[in-house]
Amino acid sequence: MSDVLAQIDGLEVAFAGHDGVLVPAVRGVSLTVRRGERLGIVGESGSGKSLTGRALLGLLPPEAKWSAKALRFEDRDLLAMRPQERRRLCGTRMSMILQDPKYSLNPVMTVAQQMRETFVRQGVRESRRALRERIVAALEAVHIRDPQRVADAYPHELSGGMGQRVMIAMMVSAGPRLLIADEPTSALDVLVSMQVLAVLDEMIERHDTGLVFISHDLPLVMSFCDRVAVMYGGRVVETCAARDLVHATHPYTRGLLEANPPLDNPPDELPTLRRDPAWLDEGTTR
Amino acid sequence: MKPARTSLRTWLLTDTPASPRQAALGRAYRRWRRFSSNPLSMLGLAILLLLIVVAAIGPMLVAQDPLQQVLAERLTPPGAAHWFGTDQLGRDILSRLVYGSRLTLAIAMLVVVLVVPVGLAIGTVAGYCGGIVDTALMRVTDVALAFPKIVLALAFAAALGPGVLNAVIALSITAWPPYARLARAESLRLARADYIHAARLQGASHPRILLRYIVPLCSSSVIVRATLDMAGIILAVAGLGFLGLGAQPPSPEWGYMVASGRNVLLDAWWVATIPGLAILAVSLAFNLLGDGLRDVFDPRHGG
Amino acid sequence: MSAVTFIERVRAMSAHRDGVRIGLALAHWIAMLVITFTGLLAITFFIGRKIPIDPVLAILGDRASASAYAAARLRLGLDKPLIDQFVIYARDVLHGNLGVSLLTANPVIDDIKRVFPATLELATLSTFIGIAIGVPLGVAAAVKHNRIVDHIARVIGLAGSSVPVFWLALMGLLLFYARLHWVSGPGRIDPVYDGMVDTRTGSLLIDSIMAGEWDVFRNAFSHIALPASVLAFYSIAYLSRMTRSFMLEQLSQEYVTTARAKGLPERRVIWRHAFGNIAVPLLTVIALAYSYLLEGSVLTEIVFAWPGIGSYLTGALLNADMNAVLGSTLVIGATFIALNLLTDALYRVFDPRTR
Repeated sequence: MSDVLAQIDGLEVAFAGHDGVLVPAVRGVSLTVRRGERLGIVGESGSGKSLTGRALLGLLPPEAKWSAKALRFEDRDLLAMRPQERRRLCGTRMSMILQDPKYSLNPVMTVAQQMRETFVRQGVRESRRALRERIVAALEAVHIRDPQRVADAYPHELSGGMGQRVMIAMMVSAGPRLLIADEPTSALDVLVSMQVLAVLDEMIERHDTGLVFISHDLPLVMSFCDRVAVMYGGRVVETCAARDLVHATHPYTRGLLEANPPLDNPPDELPTLRRDPAWLDEGTTR
Repeated sequence: MKPARTSLRTWLLTDTPASPRQAALGRAYRRWRRFSSNPLSMLGLAILLLLIVVAAIGPMLVAQDPLQQVLAERLTPPGAAHWFGTDQLGRDILSRLVYGSRLTLAIAMLVVVLVVPVGLAIGTVAGYCGGIVDTALMRVTDVALAFPKIVLALAFAAALGPGVLNAVIALSITAWPPYARLARAESLRLARADYIHAARLQGASHPRILLRYIVPLCSSSVIVRATLDMAGIILAVAGLGFLGLGAQPPSPEWGYMVASGRNVLLDAWWVATIPGLAILAVSLAFNLLGDGLRDVFDPRHGG
Repeated sequence: MSAVTFIERVRAMSAHRDGVRIGLALAHWIAMLVITFTGLLAITFFIGRKIPIDPVLAILGDRASASAYAAARLRLGLDKPLIDQFVIYARDVLHGNLGVSLLTANPVIDDIKRVFPATLELATLSTFIGIAIGVPLGVAAAVKHNRIVDHIARVIGLAGSSVPVFWLALMGLLLFYARLHWVSGPGRIDPVYDGMVDTRTGSLLIDSIMAGEWDVFRNAFSHIALPASVLAFYSIAYLSRMTRSFMLEQLSQEYVTTARAKGLPERRVIWRHAFGNIAVPLLTVIALAYSYLLEGSVLTEIVFAWPGIGSYLTGALLNADMNAVLGSTLVIGATFIALNLLTDALYRVFDPRTR
């Protein structure tokens, strides 16, 4: 039984512009996630990091044109699977949490209705009352203080932090093997963000879930993940262990690191990132 | 010839225009390219150009007199002598269509020319001023929007009497609210913009800001809306004509031509069918043109 | 949402702060209703009294006797100031007095009561067909964006805003009645069946079913089939276009991605999630579609000799029957306004986000 949980090899994603010309968004990305490992994908807007995560779950937008040399999950070939089979993996063995619960939760369904739907999908065959208790228990597990009220609330009535906890309760409490977290804290302020990450941390530890953490916040990813992949212009420009990142060699990564100047010994001049067009043509490796 | 052509194209498409005129021309050129890449939009444009040509010089080219009744030739089917046949009074339908195109075009244009400025004025003032002016004007607009157009136009025509001008007035009275709404939405958005504040700081008066800044910025969406509305206005005008409330006989108004073909529908289908097809074609053309324009000015619009 | 949860929700909303908000919204809605209706009255008053050179002649026709003329002049209060005239007019209307028809010599309100159900039957049937075909078509077009279904839907949508309704009605008659003999011709029912069934709901179709008269039903159906189909065409075009537009917007939302990430079957994602979000706006669109059909009936009924308010209005028009024209305008206008405001109310009540 191999240690590899998920593998992406040579992923290409492109979109057709108005004149029919294909604009590439992801250009030959290869990544591996090991069992129980936390991989961070860092990049700016437009680097293709979000699309990479969604490609693994088969959740690319319908107008996306994509291909890959290999796409594997738990030793199964995702490319060879029929779409229904692939969809069945979602929600049970693979899961995803999105950025802003105001938009990523259905606005006209209550929290309870949406969570009930998830449990039923996961095969829970219980009475309405038992399901309700399950929902409340799941909400308690993510440290929501008034789970009964939250369960009957609509998403727009919840704060950002509460909404993300609901997301986590809904998508992670069943213990998927792999979780894609697409900018889970980008819509939250720093304090709430820390709380949500603590909850996420707890959930992942409990179930030994593999994590792909997508973000634009390098220091955050460095502290939360085991390994980090830096993406630029649709390609991975550098991959290494999180603790080795301070010794990164690629100029883009160095630029990102320097974009967070230390408070205790600030430089006289703030460094700016100068983009070298040559970075766009580099190959992906490692 | 090739080098000159490509250099004009590059000049228009450059990312760094040297003057406002170059930028404006470049933008217009880009829009034209987008518009012309859509075959349906070009079809709409072609039909409308054909209509304009027919309305302008058609009457000079057509051999037959649209009003001349040749009773011996009543109800001849389409053929060599009469391409679209004749009606029950022996009048050539093709020439009646050609002369009628002027009426159709004129009425539709009149309505738009009346309605758009009024709607624009009300909407931009409401959006720009905000507060009680906005509320009052918008209530009036809401009230006007809640009325049935054709029915009110019928009632007006009943009181004013039939005729082209009355039809135009009747339709105009109910056609302005959408433009007011549109203009208000746009000017609400624009009134908070920094460059408007900058203009105020420079001492621009309110009317000047409205006329020189806000109205031009609303214009693209108003143009799109007006083009799409024209289709509906053409149909409404034809509907009024069908009921005998538009241009009076013997004027060859298309809607009235369809109505006059009702009695002979079963034996002489062409009398009612062909004018209807003409109405359809023109309405379709405005729809296609409007869709194409919307695509060019507001590409976010779904699909 | 079940009835139980709906009631619970209403009860929950009765909390003071929400109650005040609802009260205000209700007051606002009623104010709009009153203002709009008064506007309509003002317009019909203006058309009837101010535009004709001699409003009395407009109402009585030019063959009225001198005494009738004098009596009418007094009744209308034409020597009084404008406001008083309007008040008299408004009071008359609100009491159901729309004057007497020149043509039928009946009170206009009675004439309208007789003819309006026919129009309602036609509009309702057409709307049902429009919903049954148009909504699924719109959903399919959005889900299979830019494929064949989508192109078909767009063609239909385009046709629905380009084809003149009176012409389509004539073409329908020509093809399906005159050439193919698939349906019966003009009129609502063959004369031989007229009056055979008691009027209970106003809909011949329903009444004949209730009376068990199947021959009458078949005949009524073959008469309504063509006009309903013609009107339904426009309904389908409009509803499919709106549904498609709404669905396209929803399908690009993040919650749809979440639903798919949950592993839900695509059918559920489309109908329970995406469609569930457009249900309320769609209801308002349907109400609007119904009101458009009421207008469309004015041009269609005359072609099919359908004895509804459209025929009545156009007949009155051709005979310069001012009271009948204005009375019909008022009734159609009032229905139109009511439907518009109803859609507004529906939106506020059912969308959880507006609370």
